[in-house]
Formats: sequence, structure tokens, C-alpha cells
Amino acid sequence: MASKATLNSEQAIKSETSSKNSGPPHISLSKEDSEDVGDDLLREDWKPELPPRRSTLELMNVSQKSPTSSLRIGITTTRPKLQSTATTALSLADADGQLHSDELQRNSATSLRSSPSHKSLRSHTPIYRSRSGTISEIDDTTSILSYHHLPGGSDAESILGDLLTTDQRSPQWLFSHGDRHVKQDEMPFDNNEPTADFNREFDEIPDLVEDGSNEAELLQQWESKRKHFLILSAAGKPIFNRHGSDNLISGYIGITQTIFSFFESSNDQLKSFSAGKSRFVALTRGPLYLVAISKLGESDSQLRVQLDSLYMQILSTLTLPTLENLFSKRPSTDLRRPLQGTESLLAALADSFTRGSPSTLLSALECLKLRKRDREAINNAMLQVKCKDLLYGLIVAGGRLVSVIRPRSHSLHPGDLQLIFNMLFEAGSVKASEGESWIPMCLPGFNKNGYLYMYVRFLDILKEKESEEVHKSTDTTEDRIAILLISANREGFYELQKMATEVIRYLEKIDKLSTIKSAIIQGRPTTTDIVPGTVLQHFLYKSRGNLQYVMPSYEPSFITLLGRRRLLSVYHALHAGVHAKTGHLKVYHCISREHVALAWITPMFELYCIADGSVERNALAQAANKVIEYIRSQEERVFIIGGVVSHGPSTLTLDE
Amino acid sequence: MSDSNASVPKPSSSVKLVLLGEAAVGKSSLVLRFVNNDFQENKEPTIGAAFLTQKCQLPTRTIKFEIWDTAGQERFASLAPMYYRNAQSALVVYDLTKPSSLTKAKHWVAELQRQASPGIVIALVGNKLDLCTATGEHDAAEAENSETATEEPQEGDARKITTKEAKDYAEEEGLLFFETSAKDGTGVQEVFNAIANAIPETQLKGSRPAGATGQAGQTRDEGRVNLNANAGAGGPKDGCAC
Repeated sequence: MASKATLNSEQAIKSETSSKNSGPPHISLSKEDSEDVGDDLLREDWKPELPPRRSTLELMNVSQKSPTSSLRIGITTTRPKLQSTATTALSLADADGQLHSDELQRNSATSLRSSPSHKSLRSHTPIYRSRSGTISEIDDTTSILSYHHLPGGSDAESILGDLLTTDQRSPQWLFSHGDRHVKQDEMPFDNNEPTADFNREFDEIPDLVEDGSNEAELLQQWESKRKHFLILSAAGKPIFNRHGSDNLISGYIGITQTIFSFFESSNDQLKSFSAGKSRFVALTRGPLYLVAISKLGESDSQLRVQLDSLYMQILSTLTLPTLENLFSKRPSTDLRRPLQGTESLLAALADSFTRGSPSTLLSALECLKLRKRDREAINNAMLQVKCKDLLYGLIVAGGRLVSVIRPRSHSLHPGDLQLIFNMLFEAGSVKASEGESWIPMCLPGFNKNGYLYMYVRFLDILKEKESEEVHKSTDTTEDRIAILLISANREGFYELQKMATEVIRYLEKIDKLSTIKSAIIQGRPTTTDIVPGTVLQHFLYKSRGNLQYVMPSYEPSFITLLGRRRLLSVYHALHAGVHAKTGHLKVYHCISREHVALAWITPMFELYCIADGSVERNALAQAANKVIEYIRSQEERVFIIGGVVSHGPSTLTLDE
Repeated sequence: MSDSNASVPKPSSSVKLVLLGEAAVGKSSLVLRFVNNDFQENKEPTIGAAFLTQKCQLPTRTIKFEIWDTAGQERFASLAPMYYRNAQSALVVYDLTKPSSLTKAKHWVAELQRQASPGIVIALVGNKLDLCTATGEHDAAEAENSETATEEPQEGDARKITTKEAKDYAEEEGLLFFETSAKDGTGVQEVFNAIANAIPETQLKGSRPAGATGQAGQTRDEGRVNLNANAGAGGPKDGCAC
């Protein structure tokens, strides 16, 4: 990757406005998008004041103003036609890209003029020696943070590559390009070179030969991995690392432990740092140190969520008291032994983060889309035959929830379900088993201190369809239906087995298994199925109340591993931008060579969407509104609202 | 063979069977071979326990095995009683290439004899025979000829536990004894056939303990069959066609 060049490939435009009145959060980036979408749904508390613009500017490292830039994105202008001076501008007077609250028809409009085309930038951007952007006085109504990726990075890693840099000064380090300056003209526009590279990400590193002669080569392989997770004990004993053997990386483990204990000894806690292109994020949990090393551009807090999830996986194997006991008795405990057999679970979890997991990013779950009536019938089937020890009953299809019944006093934690889904659908051990499983498991979100017992039965009703399915969707390998019945009674297997058999019989009787089956075969709709003719290639919609999300199929734009990772990187960037603590943003807009993307946050939902780079801003906003419209109309199909409350066991004693 | 008298439905009975043994000795692979006649390299460790069923046809009756395939990791040990309680049979598995696994197997046998139902039929099974280059008969013959010669594994042979060592122990404790390869299938069917045969008909309905000496005698025979049929082709003698 060339490190010297003249152009920073990113500029940020940012307009932030505060609204004094409460306005409906209909998003509209141009005047024409004024159809009203769910104002009641979207109404939110508008902050009277936003933080000083200045600080946010610094945050974004938008250090250099380029007042000459006045390219417009708007109703009448498409970016390829923009003038060639590569600059950005926001101006108050301009009404082209307008943010306004449609209902109140506020006169004060924010206009955004933004972002020249990449073509013009490529040839005319020497002035962008560093991040540049212009902020003008902006009025209220909503806030937009927009940033533009200019073609940058000689390695042309596209979105992924653009994010693979760090800037330690900024929480949005992933947007900042630090010292990487690239000669624009030399950069090929679409270079897929890293594709192969990412496809090798999950290859195992071979063992060290006895004489150590392949060490250098193996270390190089190790370093080429884009993401590592290390877990070690406070005493420095390795517990888990995703790539390479302990022998190979013992040096790194030693260094990590040294750095940790250095901070520990001064009663300080190491949180994160950058080294080269890698971001190191550390998490201390009791006697464990967890470290994520990523070149994929997630924010610190996103990486911390991932580390926390790995920690939860460990707890789910051991329970908290057991973990603490082990280390209080013997600080030098080798935790690998008690964790034996769960390496594959940790690895599967780590790999899902490396591939990019919407579920982890959003801390939410996905449901299988079903008619309300069908879902009620399925719920009812479970309730009809519910046994008395049942705590949670779930029907899951390929990691998507079909039906949930739960006791009144307990909801299900998305984190717990992710651990379960990881075990069932990502790691092979349970999935491969032909029969039924009885699995003691601690669900840390439910209770860190004891075990629950999970009865699992996979249904093979899709079997005959499998061969044709393979061609249809990349998700099919995980498209199996499972019945999960969770109880606190370790002797409860036969009771739950009986219940599962009855559930299946009941579902067959009312012909709902075939309903589930056809919903699975149908797969996720594409964006154009959802909104005909939409410009959106993909979106994520999270219902904040339900902790559930909806997304369309990865097809046709994001079917490859790398394509999907790039998509998820954009989502991570959007998510980080819109959740930055200092931001208070409602809407966040970002542009790269290949994509335009938008994040939109209200108290009700979070929407992240992405379209091709040639799409105009107002079209993107319009499409976002259409998605909201769709979700509102389908709400009871795409989400499980509340889950069915059952009368759970009256007393609950957990095994420790 | 079982088809010959298919006109008359044979009495069918369920037999609860539990597999115990150290982690990674091949318990799940044995079950997978028995139930699906399949094998997976690098199978991921079992979590908790898996419950499977498979029928075994004997000349006079049908045995439906209800198999508890347990995880071998230490942390699951406390759950084992739930699985072996009321079990009529147990397969205690060790890895022929790993001495510690036989030690663990002996612990399981002791625990079963102490805690499980008195009539439980226990089979000791040394798995991963495919990793042992020496043929079973050679090994066994050697073991019979000289006590010490087989203590040292032969060149290129991963075997660490001689047939004699394990077999002597099995005879002492009155266990069925087999060496198997879940990978190539050697001996797997025989194990289950032998168990099906060793469970007396009375036990299937009542609870009369099985004669321990009778089993031991059978152990020797079955073991011999198994060892000779190293290629895995040895047809079941007892007419089990499952």
C-alpha cells in the first residue's frame, strides 16, 4: 500500500443542525421527497441544541476548508456531471439538497452540496492533501453527517480498503486516512486483488515444523490475517487464539500480556491502540484479557461488543462462579482444559465477526417472515403442548426466529440467542448430529450463575429440497429448522422430547410445517422485491423496541464473501458514525466510490441502507422512506412482537 | 437373515445404551458408523449429549437401541449419571493410541459397576484400529506368546495399548471386548450385535441381571472374530442384519 501520495481519499462533509421544534423525522434530502412516512412512528425528541460544530469538526479531522468546492448534488444535478473542481460545500442558501421536516414545512432548510464525482476528483484533487471539507452555516431540522470517500488507497481495496486505516486521534478512526496519501491517477478503479486475500482469511495456519524452519513463513501468514482474537488469562496463559498455534505466536502473547500488566500495575486499564493498519482493542473481564486485532475498520465499541460476545461464550460454557473459582483457587489455571471442546464454538463466533454479522453489529435478531395468522398458529401449537418445566420454547429456521414462547418474567437476550444460534448453525457439532441433543448451557444474559438445559431437534423437512436450494441462496447451509426447548431441569430431557414430538405432530396436523418450509425456501426478498425499482442494494432495519432486525437478501450484489464483508464494513462505518458519542446524529450519509449509504436513527428504529455510487442523494432518501413504509406495513410479519408469554415454571433453581 | 421370518412380527424391545469415554476417542464416530454407516474426519466435539436410535434385527427379536452419545469432556462428567441410569448397556470407549484414555475407561467401568443398574452389559471398545498398522491377530498372537514383546509398539505403529492388556482387563471385569475402527468400519457392527445378544430376553422386560461369566466367554469369542476380520468384511454371525 503506497503511503505517500497527494490525496487523501476522503473528505467529509458534515452538516449538523439542531432543531428547536420537534419535527417529524421524515427524512428528505430534497424537496421532492416529501411524502409522509409514519410521522407518529418516527416522532422523537429533538435535541434543542447539538454539540458545538467545531468539536465535531475536529472529530472528523476536517481540517482544511475548501471553499471553492461547490458541487451540487441535487434534484437537477447528477454527480458525473459535476464541475471538475473537487471540493465539497454546504451552503445555506442552496436548496437543492435539502433537509427539512415536511410536515411543518420549515422555511429554514439545510442544503447540502456535496461531493464531486469520483472521476473529477481523481484528476483534480491535489488540493486534498489531507481531509478536507467545508462546513457552512446550517439551519436546523435535522442533522446530517456526510462523508465522501474519494478514490484512495493504491491497493484499491474499495470500501473495505478505504476503511483499513487508523487514526488514533479520532473515534472515527476508520474514516480517517491518516498518513495514507495516494496518487489518484495511478489507482485502478476497480481492483479485486484483495478478494483472494480475504478468501484466505479463514485458512488454517499449518503447524510449526520441528526445526522451526517454516516459522517466518507462518508468521507472515499469521500477520496477513485481517482479524485476530486473543484471549488469555491475567497470568498470561493463552486461552484462545483464532489463528496459529500457541508456539507460533507465543511471542505475541507474551507482549500482549506484558502490555496489559504494565497498565494494570499502574491501576490503569488499557482500552485500545493502533499499530500500523491494525486496531487493537482490549477488554478485561475478571481474570480474562480479551484482545481483538482488526484491520477491517470496525470502531472500538464494535470490537468490544465482539469481544464481549466471546467472553459470554466462555461463560456459557463454564458459568461465572466456576470461572471465578478456577482462578481464585489457582491464578495460573489453564482454562483451555475446562473449555476443551468449545474451541470450535469460539472460532465460529470469531469467524462470524470477521465475515461480518449484522446480528452482532445491531445486537438484534432476525425473524422468519410469516403471516401473522401463521405465526399465531405456530405459537399456539407450542402453547398447546407445553410441558410444565419449559422455560423458553423456540422454533428457529437457519438462525431466524419463527416462534418464541417465554415466561412472563423473562425475555430473551439477543446475546444469548446469538450464542445458541452460533452453536447450532455455525459450529458443526450439533448440526452434524443426526439425532436430538441435550445441552447444558449457561445463558449469561438470562443468568450468569447457572446452567439451563437445552433440548435441540433438527427437522429435516427441507432435505429433499436441498440440492436445488444450493443454487438459489448462499444461506441454505444454515437453513434448517430446529426446535429448541429450554428448561432448568437437568432431568427434563424426556419430558421435552415428548413435547417436541407433540409440537411437530401438531404443526403437521395444522399444516404449518409446510408454511415454515415455504417461507424458508422463498428466502429473504431482494430489495427490488420489497420496493419495486428501488435504488437500494441492501439495507438493515433494526426495530429498537423489539431488538430485531430485517434485511433483504444479499443477492444479487453481495453474494461473495468479500462482497458481503464490504457491505458489512459500510454498515459498521455507518453504525460507528451515527453512534459516535459526540455526534448526536440522526442521519448520517456517506459516499464512497462504489456506494452511497445512509444511516437514520430514531427512537423507534435504526435504518442503514446502501445504493450504488451513482445514485443521487435524494433518490437514496426516497428509497429509505419506502423501506420504512414497507416495514411499517409488514411489521407484524417481519417481527415477533413480544413473543408469546407462557406460564413458566413457578420456581427456578439453576444448576451451578 | 432377519427377513426370513418377516411374516411374523418379531417382538421388539428398546435397549438403552450409553457411550462413555475420554474426549476424542471416537464415541460419536462409532455411533455415526453404526447408525448411518458414515464417517466424518475431524468431527467437532459433542456438546452435552446426543440422543439417537437405531434398530438391530436379531433372529428372534428386534432391538431398538436408544443411544446416549455423551460428550467426553471433564466438565460434563457430572451429568453422566443421568445418562447411564436405567441403561441396560454401556459402551466404554478408549483410543488404542492413547494410554490415558484406557485409564479413563477403567474409571468409567468402575463407576458403572458401582452406580449403574446391576445388570448392565458393558462393552469395552478400543477405537482407532485403523491407526494401528500391526494386524490384530499378529498383535494378539504376540501378546499370547510373550508378555513383554508387545509392550513396545512396533515401528510406525501408533498403537499404544496392546490387545492383551485391554482384553485381560475386560475379562477380569466381565466386560465384552472389541477393537474397532469407526473410520473403516471394522468391528463396529459386531459391538452392537454382541450387546444386543448379550442382553437376556428376560432383562428386556424384567430386570434379572445378566450372567457375567457368560458375557465374558462371549467377549473372547467376539474379540477373536473382530481381530481376524481386520478388513471389516466379517459378516455378523448372529444374524443381525441391521
